[in-house]
Amino acid sequence: MDITFKNVNYIYQKGTPFEHKAIEDLSFDIPSGSFVAIIGHTGSGKSTLIQHLNGLVRPSSGDVTIGDFYLTKDAKVKNMKELRSRVGVVFQYPEHQLFEETVEKDIAFGPENFDVPKDEIQKRIREITPDVGIPEELLKRSPFELSGGQMRRVAIAGVLAIKPEVLVLDEPTAGLDPRGQKEMMNMFYEMHSRQGLTTILVTHSMEDAVKYADHVIILNNGTKYMEGKPEEVFIQKKALEKVQLEVPDIVQFLNAFEEKFGKRIPYRRQSIEEIASEIQQFLEGAESS
Amino acid sequence: MKSKLIEFRNVSFRYTEEMPWVLKDCSFEIYENEEVAIIGHNGSGKSTIAKLMNGLLFPEEGAIFINGQQVTQESIWEIRKDVGMVFQNPDNQFVGTTVQDDVAFGMENRGIPRAEMVKRIDDTLSAVGMLDYLMIEPHKLSGGQKQRVAIASVLAIFPQVLILDEATAMLDPKGRTEIMETITSVQEKHQLSLITITHDLQEVVRAERVIVMNEGEIWDEAAPREIFAKRAELRKIGLDVPFIAILSDALLKAGVSITNEPLNQRELLEDLWISHSRT
Repeated sequence: MDITFKNVNYIYQKGTPFEHKAIEDLSFDIPSGSFVAIIGHTGSGKSTLIQHLNGLVRPSSGDVTIGDFYLTKDAKVKNMKELRSRVGVVFQYPEHQLFEETVEKDIAFGPENFDVPKDEIQKRIREITPDVGIPEELLKRSPFELSGGQMRRVAIAGVLAIKPEVLVLDEPTAGLDPRGQKEMMNMFYEMHSRQGLTTILVTHSMEDAVKYADHVIILNNGTKYMEGKPEEVFIQKKALEKVQLEVPDIVQFLNAFEEKFGKRIPYRRQSIEEIASEIQQFLEGAESS
Repeated sequence: MKSKLIEFRNVSFRYTEEMPWVLKDCSFEIYENEEVAIIGHNGSGKSTIAKLMNGLLFPEEGAIFINGQQVTQESIWEIRKDVGMVFQNPDNQFVGTTVQDDVAFGMENRGIPRAEMVKRIDDTLSAVGMLDYLMIEPHKLSGGQKQRVAIASVLAIFPQVLILDEATAMLDPKGRTEIMETITSVQEKHQLSLITITHDLQEVVRAERVIVMNEGEIWDEAAPREIFAKRAELRKIGLDVPFIAILSDALLKAGVSITNEPLNQRELLEDLWISHSRT
């Protein structure tokens, strides 16, 4: 589904002494099928932004369009339940939301609420659990007996079981160990490509953004600070540093390399191997001359 | 000769007799003023080590000594004065209603006189750069600020060792930098050993020594440079290596000569520069 924000403002507790503008005049377009990374510090408006995506909040002014659904200050979405069955949100630390007696029941809770037939739910559970790395023998166990990483996977399976078209991920790998982080991101990416999902990843990791996203939006104090392809955004060191964000490791290295050797190797999102061979060619050329 | 602060002697631990061993025959020592990182995949036993160090858990086999004194039910109150700990979740370790009350809490429990408390609150909060927040309520602080107050609360007890158990895992990059800067400045001012249990490679690289845990056993124990030289093996046990090490590998494969094991950008560029200008 295409997603559009047009001049969106969101103000918390308007008209009280606690009034706080979380989002200010925010506009962007996310075409169906893209993988978008949203980056910004705590308090930059990321969480408020994603709450708009499945209608948890409505804009204080401006328009939000998600496929055929339309959210404005006054227009309440008629079919909110349908919107939420099509936009799946994995919130931060989703394992805190587990509550059922067994892993299987917990995963089934979402689709049951959207009136998915029982046998279809079973079918989805069998499909999804291997994808997210939950062994079948865990299905009958209590989710609270599992490790933190396994609990996270169960919670994510619950969102995937709704079969959303838009998948919103709010720092899905926070607190996992490096292998767990990599496995989980690869899983999301694979699912994104295979099922043609529209994926929105909220992250602090420039490395993940550069690896998976085809479009990046950087938020600062509730407004859009930068937007574009990762290889366009992430080379702008000065602008990023201004909002205390760092460029990815590889860009940092290429900048330092240029300073030391006077040779610019432009970043085009090439792999580390390609960069190594470009450096090798440069050093060799410099030697023979 | 550096004096021994913590000693694990053949320590094994499991939660119940039916459960598998979480730690198997672990022995290691930590010295005064040393900075040690403990790394390992989730469930490798890292955090269990931390909990054994200040008597939140007790070993089933073997013994643990802090300053030569064995950790037992009887000695834990003594020992907890020396072993301060900061945990992962900033929201789970605030007890006071203001920053100042929070730092005072641990000292109140130990009956430290008021005049001394006031002085230590000042000292420790300025050490972590939070002195301007004395009267602020915890919910108004960022995650990084909360963790800094947690560190100040621990420092106010004058521990000999500070254990950070994934204390930066829930923070954003800005929060992480804040904590690492805080730690550096604290180490300059106080005599303190530091144990960081972490996945963050920046934190590992700055340690003097790294203990690598795998499935409850000590897999290796060496300086960061030696540890990260074993890249392929580290990956096999689910651990990451720093970006510079990955790039060095790729450069070696592409036929660039790299002589040392660079750990950071400066070292790698220096290495490239030397081998490049030699020819």
